[in-house]
Order: sequence, then structure tokens, then C-alpha cells
Amino acid sequence: MSEEERLITPDEVRHVARLARLALDEDEVGRYAQQLSALLENVDAIRRLDTADVPPTAHPFPVENVLRADFETPSLDRDPVLAQAPVAESNRFRVPRILGEAP
Amino acid sequence: MSASPAPEFGSLAEIAASVRTGATSARAILAQSLDRVRELEGDLHCFNEVTIEHAEADADAVDRMVRSGRDPGPLAGVPVALKDNLCTEGIPTTCSSKILAGWLPPYDATVVSRLREAGAVAVGKTNLDEFAMGSSTENSAFGPTKNPWDTGRVPGGSSGGSAAAVASGMVPLSFGSDTGGSIRQPAALCGIVGVKPTYGVVSRYGLIAFASSLDQIGPFTTTVADAALALEVIAGHDPMDSTSLDRPAPDMLSTLTDGVSGLRVGIVDDFLTDGSESSDAVVLAAAALALAGAKVDHVKIPDLLLGLPAYYLIAPAEASSNLSRYDGVRYGLRVDGPDTETMNSRTRGQGFGPEVKRRIMMGTYALSAGYYDAYYGQAQKARTLVIRAFDAAYKNFDVLLTPTTPTVAFPFGSKVDDPIEMYMCDLCSIPSSLAGHPAVSVPFALSSEGLPIGVQVLAPALGEAVMMRVAASLETAAAREARGPVTP
Repeated sequence: MSEEERLITPDEVRHVARLARLALDEDEVGRYAQQLSALLENVDAIRRLDTADVPPTAHPFPVENVLRADFETPSLDRDPVLAQAPVAESNRFRVPRILGEAP
Repeated sequence: MSASPAPEFGSLAEIAASVRTGATSARAILAQSLDRVRELEGDLHCFNEVTIEHAEADADAVDRMVRSGRDPGPLAGVPVALKDNLCTEGIPTTCSSKILAGWLPPYDATVVSRLREAGAVAVGKTNLDEFAMGSSTENSAFGPTKNPWDTGRVPGGSSGGSAAAVASGMVPLSFGSDTGGSIRQPAALCGIVGVKPTYGVVSRYGLIAFASSLDQIGPFTTTVADAALALEVIAGHDPMDSTSLDRPAPDMLSTLTDGVSGLRVGIVDDFLTDGSESSDAVVLAAAALALAGAKVDHVKIPDLLLGLPAYYLIAPAEASSNLSRYDGVRYGLRVDGPDTETMNSRTRGQGFGPEVKRRIMMGTYALSAGYYDAYYGQAQKARTLVIRAFDAAYKNFDVLLTPTTPTVAFPFGSKVDDPIEMYMCDLCSIPSSLAGHPAVSVPFALSSEGLPIGVQVLAPALGEAVMMRVAASLETAAAREARGPVTP
């Protein structure tokens, strides 16, 4: 991969922003294209590292499922939780329509 | 401008003893703290919120316990400041982000509950780089915190508000979180002690997540003994955090003054540079330990230098996943749109600041199809190499010494527009974060400009006792004038 191919284009920024659900204006798209390209160049040593026999580490110590005894414990009450929501209705979180087209 | 010494509270043990015996009251200690906050908060901006009414009620509760013959605990009446990413029931918790403005957590973080059970009195929530992403507090949505040693300079970050609150004598104890250096770096820049415990020693329940495989909570204090006491109070298994280690809290205090005779101390050459005052401080610190009986030697561990680039892929990747919860549905800001996806995107686009967006973008890119193996997967393997390099070094050494930070506190605006330059602040602190190891920054010397320089002591996993012993020995050799609290 050559230096130029590694540069992130404004179209790639728009694609990643869509995946991350971030509405960016055109100024931000231009700035992040430049900055993410520089950041990736800065971590290039990682990409080129010879890791043929190296396992990945996801967590500093070995972890396994942690299960507690199976008995009922109280969880948070519904009302104080819903009171923190931007919009709640009928004991639920209210959101705009999810499907793009009419039923 | 130059800083002058500040009035001190006395050690945490002394405060607690005087409150427990009724020689003074929690309310009187709190008044001393709040007076200092009123005097300096306008200049320094350490706090997002000072919770005077809650603090007075908590102090009164401590005093009532004493009067009725009950023991409030080992931190009785100690005023404490909490980084504003620790959940406090019914008290705003913002992460210094617009996206959480006005949110009231429905529960306390485990650390907050344990502090209250130990008799500590929380005085407020401290400023940070938004979602703990940054090294200067310049990424706070509510404006930066100033360094009490020189108000034209940053206090470090991300836990800059907590560090400056202790360094200016507002409180004798505060807490921060450390993902890649966010406790140790501001401790070094503010001339105080900051500890990042072994991953899993302190419960993360109620700590708002940034990078879950790295985040740990730890104390800021002016002395090593205070830090050891505070860490013993908050440490220990918590069933509410599945990554919490199922073992007792480390005992540091009983061996704290045992000295360093016979201990093997390694100076990590890879983090030293010629002509750097922070490197000179490490060499001086090592000489002091040798004089105290330690066996000191130099060691080269070049794979530790993989830490910085690996971290700046792993931490953003984890953050991009953790921060997906801020979607305008359950709490915090919502910016409306015609459909849910547009609402989500507008809320996040307007609610997050530039650095948080940059890291979410970086993390999402590193995890996306076609790039996962080249970036995130490779970074996880580099993380293994960092851990192996430490393991090899700890066959020959009990602890390692490095500078905490490459430079002293820097002026506002000097790095904020250059993310790569800002990320270099974490060069020396990141490797132990990736390995899950403990580390502590001890104020050791003053620079030619009169700014504090920290020396970092690293130890293997669960090596807190020996690490703090070495830190305590360094403290006795350190320049007293390099340690806070100071008056700006």
C-alpha cells in the first residue's frame, strides 16, 4: 500500500461518519479527512509489525463469564429512569419513526 | 507568575483521627475546604459543580455519628472531589460534555458509595477533558482548568480538575480515572501524587466508560501515604463489575516505610532523552534509591514504544463502541429529526466536541470492514508484545522508573490543534495501561521554570505494595518545593 492509498478521502469520512451516526458538516469532513490520515500514518508501525506468531490481547487478564447466584434482586425503578429520557410516553422511551417509508 | 506554598489540611489519617475523636468536626474541615474553593475557583475552574448542600448534610451525618459514639470510618470528615465521570445519584454527572448536560444518575458509583461509607465528604464534581479524552482539560465543553503553579498553563488531563483541586489545597483528596495516563500525567504536571491501580483492583461500576479494557479509578493526594490509604478504602472486589478482581484490597500501608534495601530498580532507557529535565529527574531519583540501598540498573525495553500507536487504535475502538449509547433516546441531549437515524446522528453531531468525534471516527474506521485486521487486530497483537516485554523485564527488576511525562506543564493552546503532539503526552504512561499494571507518579523536582516534574514508578500486576514503598522512598528524597499544595 503506498502513502497515497492510505490517505482517507472525504467520501470515506462520510461513510465512517454514517456508520458512527455522527452528522458532520462539510468543514468537519475536510478536517477529519486530513487529521485521520495523519493519525493513521502515525500508527503505521503497528500495521507493518510482524505478528505472525503473536496472539491478540483483548483484555489485560484472562477473563471468563462471571455468574452470580440465580435469585431475584431489585433493579432500578422505572419512573426515575424514564424521568431522565428526553421524551417518554406511556412508560416507554419515545423515538421518531424508525422505518423510512410509510406502512 | 509564580506559586507560593498553601495552607495544608494535614494527612488524611490526621484529619480522620481528629474528627473521630471529636477534636474537630467534619463540618469545620469542610468549611476550610469550601473557603479555599471560594477563594480560588474563579481563577482555576476545577469544578463543574460544587455540591455545598450535599456536602454539609454529609459532614453533619459524620459529626452525628461521632457524637453518638459510632465510628464514621477511616476517612472521617475528609473532603473529597470526584471527577465528573463518576456517577453520583441525583447530582449532575456530565463528563464535561454537552451530550450529558442536565443528566442526573439514578445510582452512585461503587467508589462513591465506599467513600461515603468510609466517612469522606464529597464537595463536588471536577472538570475533565470531554469523556476523559485529552491531556489538558482543553477538550472540556465547559472551559479548561488552570494549573495552580502557573495559570497560563494546562493542569494536564484528562483528570485535570481533580489534580488542580488537590494541588491548590481545595481538598486533600480527589479521584480521577486513568485510561492511558489521565491520573498520572495531571498529577505530574500539578506536583502531586497520582496512582493508577492494577486493572480490576478498583470497581469500575458507575465510572462512565471510555475504554473498558483500560479504565481504572485512582486517587490524587499530596503524599504517598495518603494515596495508599485512599486506595485501600476504594479497592476490593465488587460483584457489580465483572472485571473486578475477586481478591482483597492490596495492603500497602503496613509496608510503606520498609525502605528499598535490596530491591531491584530498572531505569527504562527507552523513555530518556538527552537534555530533558524530566529524564534528569529520573536519573536523580534512581540515584536516591541506590543511596537508600536499592540495586539500580539501566534496561532497554524497546517494545514498550509500541504502546503509544497501539493505544491510539485500541482506546478509540473501544470508545467508539462505548459511546454508541449516547443516541438521544434514554438520557441527555436530543436533537430532533424526521426519523430515528437522523435524530441519532444530529444529537451526536451536536452533542460531542471535536476530540470525541475524532476518536469515534478513528475507532469506527479501525473496526470497519477491510481495516479491522490491519489496524485493530494488529494493535491487539502489539498489546501482547508490550505485555511480553514487561514480563521479561520484571524477571530482573522489582520496579521500573520512567518520567511520567516527556515535558512539564505546557501553555494553553500550544498542542490543542495538533492531536499527534497532544497524544505524545501519554508516551510513558500508556504501556502499563495496556498491560493492566499499576503505576504511580511522585512529584520529585522543579524545572528551571519552577514547574513540577513527576517520576513514574511501574510495577507488575498487583505489585502495589512494593510500588508504593518505592514511591514513599522517592518522596523522602524529593525536593519539598516540587510538591503541592500551592497558591497561584
